[in-house]
Amino acid sequence: MEKKKIKLTINGEQMEGEAEPRTLLVYFLRDVLGLTGTHIGCDTGHCGCCTIIMNGVSVKSCMVFAFQAEGTTITTIEGLAQNGKLHPIQESFWENHGLQCGYCTPGQIMSASFLLKRNPNPTEDEIRRGIEGNYCRCTGYVNIVKSIKAAAEKMQSK
Amino acid sequence: MRGPMATVTEEQAPPQKWVGQSVKPRESYRLIQGKGKFLDDIKLPNMLYAAILRSPYAHAKIVSIDTSKASALPGVISIITGEDVEKATKPFMGVVPPPGDKVIDYCLAVGKTRYAGEPVAAVAATERSIAEDAIDLIEVEYDPLPVVVDVEKAMNKDSTLVQDAVGSNIVWHKQFNYGDYEKAASHADTIVKEKLHFHRFGAAPMETDNVLADYQESTGLLTINCNNQMPMFCLALIVLATGWDSHKIRIITNDIGGGFGAKIISYTYMVLISLLSKKSGRPVKWIMERRANIISGTHANEATFYVDIALKKNGTILGINAKTIHDEGAYLRYEPIGALLWVQVSSGPYRFKNLRMDVNSVVTNKGPVAPIRGYGRMQHLWMIERIIEIAAKQLKIDPLEIRMKNFITSEEMPYVTPSGATYDSGDYPQALEKALEMIGYPEWKKKQSEYRKHGKLIGIGIGTGIDSGTNNFAQVKLISKENPFSGQSRMAFARMDEFGRFQVAVASNPHGQSHETVVSQVVADELGVKPDDVFVLPGMDSFSHPFTGHSGSYASQFAVSGIEAVLGASRKLKKKIIEIAAFKLGATPEDIILKDGKAIVQDSDKSLEFWMIANMAWRNNLELPPDMEPGLMELYCWKGPFKLPDEKERLNPTLTYSYQTHVAVVEIDPETGKLQILKYVAVDDCGTQLNPQVVEGQVHGAAMNGIAASIFEECKYDDSGQLLSSTFMDYLFPTAVEIPHFQTCHLTSPSPFTTLGTKGAGEGGGTPLITISSAIEDALAPFGIKITDSHTTPERIYNLIKKSKKVKGN
Repeated sequence: MEKKKIKLTINGEQMEGEAEPRTLLVYFLRDVLGLTGTHIGCDTGHCGCCTIIMNGVSVKSCMVFAFQAEGTTITTIEGLAQNGKLHPIQESFWENHGLQCGYCTPGQIMSASFLLKRNPNPTEDEIRRGIEGNYCRCTGYVNIVKSIKAAAEKMQSK
Repeated sequence: MRGPMATVTEEQAPPQKWVGQSVKPRESYRLIQGKGKFLDDIKLPNMLYAAILRSPYAHAKIVSIDTSKASALPGVISIITGEDVEKATKPFMGVVPPPGDKVIDYCLAVGKTRYAGEPVAAVAATERSIAEDAIDLIEVEYDPLPVVVDVEKAMNKDSTLVQDAVGSNIVWHKQFNYGDYEKAASHADTIVKEKLHFHRFGAAPMETDNVLADYQESTGLLTINCNNQMPMFCLALIVLATGWDSHKIRIITNDIGGGFGAKIISYTYMVLISLLSKKSGRPVKWIMERRANIISGTHANEATFYVDIALKKNGTILGINAKTIHDEGAYLRYEPIGALLWVQVSSGPYRFKNLRMDVNSVVTNKGPVAPIRGYGRMQHLWMIERIIEIAAKQLKIDPLEIRMKNFITSEEMPYVTPSGATYDSGDYPQALEKALEMIGYPEWKKKQSEYRKHGKLIGIGIGTGIDSGTNNFAQVKLISKENPFSGQSRMAFARMDEFGRFQVAVASNPHGQSHETVVSQVVADELGVKPDDVFVLPGMDSFSHPFTGHSGSYASQFAVSGIEAVLGASRKLKKKIIEIAAFKLGATPEDIILKDGKAIVQDSDKSLEFWMIANMAWRNNLELPPDMEPGLMELYCWKGPFKLPDEKERLNPTLTYSYQTHVAVVEIDPETGKLQILKYVAVDDCGTQLNPQVVEGQVHGAAMNGIAASIFEECKYDDSGQLLSSTFMDYLFPTAVEIPHFQTCHLTSPSPFTTLGTKGAGEGGGTPLITISSAIEDALAPFGIKITDSHTTPERIYNLIKKSKKVKGN
């Protein structure tokens, strides 16, 4: 199939690459641009391992064709830490053992970042609903919820 | 109680001991930044991508396979089918005696397919999309055969045969008699009989089974990058099937996205992708799709029990007699070990002495089962706890009372069970009391009777599961004495580099258990440094990590076998460091301690910094003691203190016996069957905790896995052998909304059999399945409903209520 050029802004940087019309955004990010922090855990848009922020909104990047991302602004897990300093959500996941195998973690953190942008001080119930689209098999979600709560507090005190 | 949960950083004043501190996992630092290295993140020059064609039929003869159209697709480099596989390999070895040894298992279907989703052909192409396109162009003519999915029908003499050469679908049958059940039954006041069913569910790690094989014809070296969690054990299966040069096979694992036992049986794919690489002469990467992950097996053991329990009127259990039927699916991958592993926990946490187990391992046209978290033990423990509760109700004895009456007490530890398992330590009554206190048992009981008056259904469930860990492979000799496995071992090295810093390696294939961190804590204590001074080689590379045929992460054991190997290597290294320091400082070794990166002569001002010792050992060896071998790198191989089975077929099948007690409060909507968990408590005891936060994470995970299985997840097949829950659309993987908060508490009964008092943990013994079944039955008590299936969805609850109303109406 013929490939087309796609230009977009990822983590503050202008990037471009080529993809077939059928290529999903997550494959474009991983295989063409080499941003392998975004993971793939299912074929049906359920698991949320591939969650990114696209034009300010959290998106499962396996549910978007690469060409649909033309001209968009994207943040992936690789763009969260700034100048070598971890984002408060990353710090909180680390401090509260909010991950074990770490495979779903980039997606969890990206979803959490979108949740906290909309709702800087969520209740436990709101956190649980906020990450409903992100599966985790290791943690039982307890420490993920705890991590996001801690991140909210950290970000509010700043 | 749970230890200090605040994480510790190395900038803070170092504690007296690093072991027991919740040191922040170093692995997390890369993973939270998306900088982990998972298999799909690896790209090699000239690499091809594989795709696998799978059978749409559960049972069908393969009449012909035409690959010509697929071969003609530009970008397709090589294709292999069952015919190629049959020429290149032998069937994988099994552990069953004749006639079950005639089970045929290849990495691709040969001659016929035995479950829907079985691999039939594989393609390697320059792009993944091309490989997938090529799969669609392969033309296979199938001749469908009768399908058998009902395990009891499969046992009939006239059933269609899944494995024809065996001559029966019962591939293994054996009766075990421990104590004397007949005699016990003759002394019983009551015998309660029940048929119970433990359902089939998946492991579903977030990362599927992936392989990147790279065969170099020029050197004969085959490198298999994989995410198998026990690859060095599987290497034996691979080499025996293929005849490949074992000394030229290199196996690598990096970060692994969860395993839960399922990734043990990916060895079939390791062979398949290696065959593609050999044929193509190029590296080949294969990433399993989620649907393939669910349909191609890796399901937990499905078991049917016909069980009798003999009791005294007062609730004293005299014995259990059970016929068990294990539905293995189409192939025996690591089976029928799952049908045997009840020997690790034969009497559960109870004192009864008489047990008869009539074990039947049966093949059907379903995906093969695998050693999933709680493997083999959770089915048995669930059966015991279920029949005890059902019997208690019949005897009108409180479920707490019957447990307390029959629990093995801490005074009886170490306790030898009827099958010879030596429970090392623990206090089951205390754990139950603690869990009841945390949940607020009396208050809930009161609320329950009040709510019932208003038609509201509340249930309180309790369960104790044993997480037996660090297995003795000699248990497989109970299946066949000829099986060439026994004992347990782990190997590690500890090295002081030329600058006085430390490197440690142990082949453990971790996938979320923070082994790098925990090892650094243990070594830091031994050598008087900080964890950060100890680099633990990540992942596993069989060319750099010392391994044995037992290496890997399985059977709840890193805190025992892995740590014993690391301790052994560290202590050998410590001895040599001290000898060098003593020589240099003119002191006796007994007077020297290692502290803060120095060898210090006690009660003196004499000391030597590690880098100076290291320099002597590595590049100034004329200053070493004259008879000393230079260098500072020590290798240690730990051997589990185990025995072969005795003449009565008793053996200690694992070294440690962690346990958990859970209590749950559930509410059921009688109109819809909807179930909600109102409160959930988990008390665990795995002896000395190396890193409490890591242990707690394992407790949470095991709790979620069990809850998910008991009320959501099921691998359900229709009569034609099609899996009805083959994607995350219909395989109900629970989210943070469905899973409750867990309140946890840790008890510490150090193991007398391990150096630090640790016990293996992580699998949790399937305790939530026991607990949720118990809670649902308690909630439905007004209807007199018995829970006899481990899977209890709202739909099932609704139907149970409806049926019971009908009965009452009559």
